[in-house]
Amino acid sequence: MSPASRVGPTAASPAPPLDVDALLDDREVGIIVCCGSGGVGKTTTSAALALRAAERGRKVVVLTIDPARRLAQSMGIEALDNTPRPVTDVDTGAGGSLDAMMLDMKRTFDEVVESQASPEKAQQILDNPFYIALSSSFAGTQEYMAMEKLGQIHADSVAPGGDGRYDLIVVDTPPSRSALDFLDAPERLSSFLDGRFIRLMLAPARGPMKLMGAGFGLITNALTKILGAQVLRDLQTFVAAIDTVFGGFRARATKTYALLQARGTAFVVVAAPEPDALREAAYFVERLSGDQMPLAGMVVNRAAQAPAGDLDADEAASVAARLRRDDPGSVTAGLLRLHADRVRLVEREGQLRRGFATAHPQVATAVVPALPADVHDLEGLRRIGTLLADA
Amino acid sequence: MSDWPKVRLHVVTGKGGTGKSTVAAALALALASGGKNVLLCEVEGRQGIARMFDVDPLPFEERRLTTGLPGPDGTPGVVHALHIDPEAALLEYLALYYKLGRAGRALDRFGVIEFATTIAPGVRDVLLTGKVFEAVQRNSRNKGAIEYDAVVLDAPPTGRIVQFLNVSNELAGLAKVGPVRSQADTMMTLFRSPRTAVHLVTVLEEMPVQETSDGIAELRSVDLPVGGVVVNLVRPQDLTPEQLAAVDAGTVAADLEAAGVAPVPTLVDSLVTEGREHAERRTLEASQRAIVAGLDVPAYELPRLPQGVDLGALYELAGSLREQGLA
Repeated sequence: MSPASRVGPTAASPAPPLDVDALLDDREVGIIVCCGSGGVGKTTTSAALALRAAERGRKVVVLTIDPARRLAQSMGIEALDNTPRPVTDVDTGAGGSLDAMMLDMKRTFDEVVESQASPEKAQQILDNPFYIALSSSFAGTQEYMAMEKLGQIHADSVAPGGDGRYDLIVVDTPPSRSALDFLDAPERLSSFLDGRFIRLMLAPARGPMKLMGAGFGLITNALTKILGAQVLRDLQTFVAAIDTVFGGFRARATKTYALLQARGTAFVVVAAPEPDALREAAYFVERLSGDQMPLAGMVVNRAAQAPAGDLDADEAASVAARLRRDDPGSVTAGLLRLHADRVRLVEREGQLRRGFATAHPQVATAVVPALPADVHDLEGLRRIGTLLADA
Repeated sequence: MSDWPKVRLHVVTGKGGTGKSTVAAALALALASGGKNVLLCEVEGRQGIARMFDVDPLPFEERRLTTGLPGPDGTPGVVHALHIDPEAALLEYLALYYKLGRAGRALDRFGVIEFATTIAPGVRDVLLTGKVFEAVQRNSRNKGAIEYDAVVLDAPPTGRIVQFLNVSNELAGLAKVGPVRSQADTMMTLFRSPRTAVHLVTVLEEMPVQETSDGIAELRSVDLPVGGVVVNLVRPQDLTPEQLAAVDAGTVAADLEAAGVAPVPTLVDSLVTEGREHAERRTLEASQRAIVAGLDVPAYELPRLPQGVDLGALYELAGSLREQGLA
């Protein structure tokens, strides 16, 4: 049998390989967005990509959301101050640099409000209980704010007319169940602000109430009954205040979304060889192509490594059983059982990845082996960077 | 014998990727023995239960899902499933507590439902937990409704769990008085009582263990009852660290030969290397396990199954949880 016709776990991955270095060296690419469902190693992947790009000569800023404490410490971004800080100990021999920033969602939101409204008006909004709820825990605020900050940094430092401090922004998207949340957040916020209810709440301030018909009384009565009059008043104040500010907000969201669709942006989908993570990755890939967004490829983290030798799982298990019959404490039997488990794991992951690749043959993929320990320093990130590039 | 005989509401949380939904499902199966009725709830709109149990997507309605793990007397109970969606929960809530049948629908038409469930996550959480609360509190007065012996909630991840359960605090800024507020306060009484336990799922890696430890401290700081820590995806333990340290190529080759397998060097080397890597990971796991032990909560362990988790595996995991006393 020729090697090319082999099937099964040892067959080569059918997906084209992702050329990470070509992506990082491409000066046309000014934004790399790392997306994926929670728990797949997105933060580590984005930090590793950013470091590698910097050491290959790019002027990079990495925007991260929720890094592990020790990783944040090693990058010097323990403080949530919403400003990019230079990362020390980066090899700048190739002329690059690396800054890192941890996103403070509420601060970003506050900054937007302050930049869009007069000081008194801004204060009025910032103090409103509904604003506080919206800015600190609206489902999607993190995503929206990550996008907002991305737009800001891009306009200030990357785009023509900016200060040229950076030529590449790497974005780590917020931890969420679904990778799609990142793309959906601006739309969710916009449609919320354009929603019927907001218009309804604004109506009394704008014109005669009777235009709203009988429905309005019914609604306010119901709301008063459930929430109480004070809450309703707070809500009305909030809606009126926010409406004046968010016209600009909506326009910015649209602009940032367009930026994501433009040449110069590359999406990297991060996944793990697990059914849920790969399903999320598949949704995301389909969505990107539907929205004409540029997908650079997929990174599959934490892959089990195929052992050398061609002893298959069943054979290893049966040899182990034979050895155990003679010596229940046989260490070799234990090793064979580990081998069988590992071969099965590799087979299962291979099957999952092949399934994905068959459905999405265009997606270039880099497979990163599982590392024994967590990464919490630049040395570890460098190692991941090398694995990404060699994958 | 269960470590948690008084608990009616089992809340299962954990960091993303640790398998909290799998553990919640296995726990529901384990609890449903001896004719007991158990309700498994999900609140994150993922239809994870439907996928795990290979059934059609669940509506906002209790469905009989499957029979549980048979008890010591050989009889199983029944696991029911409920997919809680905030909009449907709000409409039901309005109809139930405020008799707002028509107004409720009008609210929906005017986008109020969408508003309430999107903008104010506090309200959203009250609605989601409110439905769970209702299922736990049911008694014989609720005609026609199933009374559950236990409710298992596949909850939001560790980073959000306190916010999710601490509903009255969430609402504090928005509604200081009023019916929603008193509803939230009643719910808190249950969540803080010994009838509730919040279990945290982790794997033996640094970040998830750290998050678990932070989560426990956070839960305790607001008086929410911490249940057990479920350590998931544990590597096989059948070789002791001493045995792994003593692995030697000569013995492996001799053993293989004795068992009728040609001891080719690639195979022998591969087995020795695999043993060494396994030992390395086990050492790291052991250090994390020591941290888990220091958390001062009961810990339970579930193995990593090389073939993945299918329906059969869920029962296997359920059996293991019962043996260890989580159920």
